[in-house]
Amino acid sequence: MKGFPALATIHITGGRIIDPSQEIDRIGDLWISRGRILPVGEGYEDAEVVIDARGLIVCPGLIDAHVHFREPGNEEDETIASGAEAALAGGVTSVACMPNTLPAIDSQAAAEFVILQAQRARKAHVYPVGAVSKGRKGEELAEIGQLVDGGAVGFTDDGAPVASASLMRRALQYASMFDRVIMQHCQVPELTVGGVMNEGFESTRLGLAGMPAAAEDIMVARDIRLAEITGGRLHIQHISTARSVELVREGKRRGVRVTAEACPHHFTLTDEGLRTFDSNFKMNPPLRTWSDVEAVIGGLKDGTIEIIATDHAPHAPEKKMRELDQAPFGIVGLETLIPITVHGLIDPGHLDWPEVIRKLTINPAQLLGINKGTLGPGADADVTLIDPEARWTIDPTKFRSKSRNTPYGGWEVRGRAHTVIVNGEVRYTLGGIVQPGTGDASS
Amino acid sequence: MEPHAASTNPVAWSRKHLLGLEDLSRAEINGLLDTADSFAEISTRSRKKVPALLGRVVFNLFFENSTRTRTSFSLAAKRLSADTQDFTASVSSLSKGETFIDTAKNIEAMGADVMVVRHPTPGAPHLLAQHVQSSVINAGDGAHEHPTQGLLDLLTIRRAKGKIEGLTVCLVGDISHSRVARSNLWGLLKLGARVILCGPPTLVPKSMERLGCEVAYHLDEILPQCDVVNVLRIQFERQQKALFPSISEYSQLYGMTQERVRKAKEDLLVLAPGPINRGVELTPEVADGPNSAILDQVTNGLAVRMAVLYLLSGTNTKRSAAEESLGDTSTSK
Repeated sequence: MKGFPALATIHITGGRIIDPSQEIDRIGDLWISRGRILPVGEGYEDAEVVIDARGLIVCPGLIDAHVHFREPGNEEDETIASGAEAALAGGVTSVACMPNTLPAIDSQAAAEFVILQAQRARKAHVYPVGAVSKGRKGEELAEIGQLVDGGAVGFTDDGAPVASASLMRRALQYASMFDRVIMQHCQVPELTVGGVMNEGFESTRLGLAGMPAAAEDIMVARDIRLAEITGGRLHIQHISTARSVELVREGKRRGVRVTAEACPHHFTLTDEGLRTFDSNFKMNPPLRTWSDVEAVIGGLKDGTIEIIATDHAPHAPEKKMRELDQAPFGIVGLETLIPITVHGLIDPGHLDWPEVIRKLTINPAQLLGINKGTLGPGADADVTLIDPEARWTIDPTKFRSKSRNTPYGGWEVRGRAHTVIVNGEVRYTLGGIVQPGTGDASS
Repeated sequence: MEPHAASTNPVAWSRKHLLGLEDLSRAEINGLLDTADSFAEISTRSRKKVPALLGRVVFNLFFENSTRTRTSFSLAAKRLSADTQDFTASVSSLSKGETFIDTAKNIEAMGADVMVVRHPTPGAPHLLAQHVQSSVINAGDGAHEHPTQGLLDLLTIRRAKGKIEGLTVCLVGDISHSRVARSNLWGLLKLGARVILCGPPTLVPKSMERLGCEVAYHLDEILPQCDVVNVLRIQFERQQKALFPSISEYSQLYGMTQERVRKAKEDLLVLAPGPINRGVELTPEVADGPNSAILDQVTNGLAVRMAVLYLLSGTNTKRSAAEESLGDTSTSK
């Protein structure tokens, strides 16, 4: 495919349109013009671009509420442009970028810089998440109001938990006046000092320092209680333990404003992966046990966990290919999001496509308070076409991300992004990235 | 000249690296011990040297302090006529920011055939084995494994007791932080021993029972059943915070004293991987007494390391084309 004019009228024909925001799941046509979704109907005869979507899923552009783009500070791992390109290749049109950069996104200017770099790149939308505390030090609140003015869609010290219960309480209280969410990396630091993996049988066997599940559970319990007394919005990032899932479920039952996200690696892999000492299995929170994986899947099934997010954490090979205690935590996730979710949730029959797409569109849009995640009339024309039957082999050397750190290399998988439209422009097809404005597909 | 037992009773060995005892089969472990037995004889000769590894280069890469293991490997390599070179992290370019793998690749470029690696991080030798052509011997990776120590303990038990199968062996002490415990555990289980791990719950994770051993907290209760007690050192340097209240309480609960030895089987074999903290894990009377095999362990360590170097050098056929055409007469067949 080539030659897509910018802001063309696009006619997507014969696809399975899935839009959980409107409870739609039907075969039909979708029209886009001047960057907007047109109302369903006939009579749009003069489309400049027609996309044959028979056999494809047509859904709102996917939203990843948890990525790390490393700019400013560690551009060798990822830039906002390369990360936003990886997002497109993964079918993702909007991402929320974590603030653990150098310097941290803890000021209005820093948040605006993220937005500016994303506009320059003109790939996926990039929304900054601001730091909870100045310099992510966990001591004083960051300038949350000014960060909101700069475009911050939520607040977190992700990578580091907000260890102080008193600071966490203040953050939940203060952010509530902007109706912004506090996203917490839940982990009691004292229980995870020096840890590289889940504490349990596998860590004992390998002689590696462990991070107990209880370190997560304790902080989840604490923060749900703090959200309860403050009325603030709490989001549990990358939930990984069975007990945490149960705590969130119970908190929701009490009416606490708590949401949770799960990452594909936490519903497909366990700490047994580290038997090979491969640092691509080292993440934080760590890969847990099969019973935790089952509990996370259970939480996704019953709605306790309403969001799927990648925690895309790129690291250059020279940093990641080191001794396990020296290697940083995390894996890239954007370009494996669709197939690994299919593998972990759809193929085994845990969730169907509309349920998965809900957790990747309208639910994260509501979390972040952004006007995305829907194909309703007049909505921003961010659309992802997924080929659910495409079978392919994950090859990290072909990633658009600058980094290659994934445990999924070589996996034979099903499902991938076919065509990605952002602001009414076709910006990615299986043939490659489409250069903005020119409409030419680059290789 | 070939060591006679190794040549008359050839051992099936196809591994390029020795990274841990968990990976090895019972037959491979027995093969290593048989080979070590034959090398032990060499150490009793007046001329303690064979030409098996003549022209080969053995590098000791130690990223953590060690005296006896490094010395033992060096001497083992020298008895096989290999050239040996030590590389110690404290005087290396690691402090200049060079990665561990780059350091190893540099050493390989100097012609290392075998790298003996000690490293504070579990899995570091495994990582190295993926990036270099040389054979890699794990000489201790954090709290994970120390296979040659495991083998020398097995050899010491086998020589003293004539067998390993059916024996009850107790490992006492800081199991959590001990690579010696893990290598011993795998080796002993594979050879059919009953293994008991003994120490306070802060040092002996209950989850280790899933590996096929037993966990006990009270030494006096299990000691009468034991044929062998292997007394592990308290790793003061590895312990980030106090995992037991005091040294004196630890000694009282787990120290091998003359009184405890008297309550045990008469032929109880006492091992200690060393270096020992005299008076903490072991009283001097026991360390130097008739049940102690501590010095045999050191002697057997040499034989085990010769066996490992010998067997690995037989499978790592990294040779140049020129060498092939000239015929390499210096190495063993």
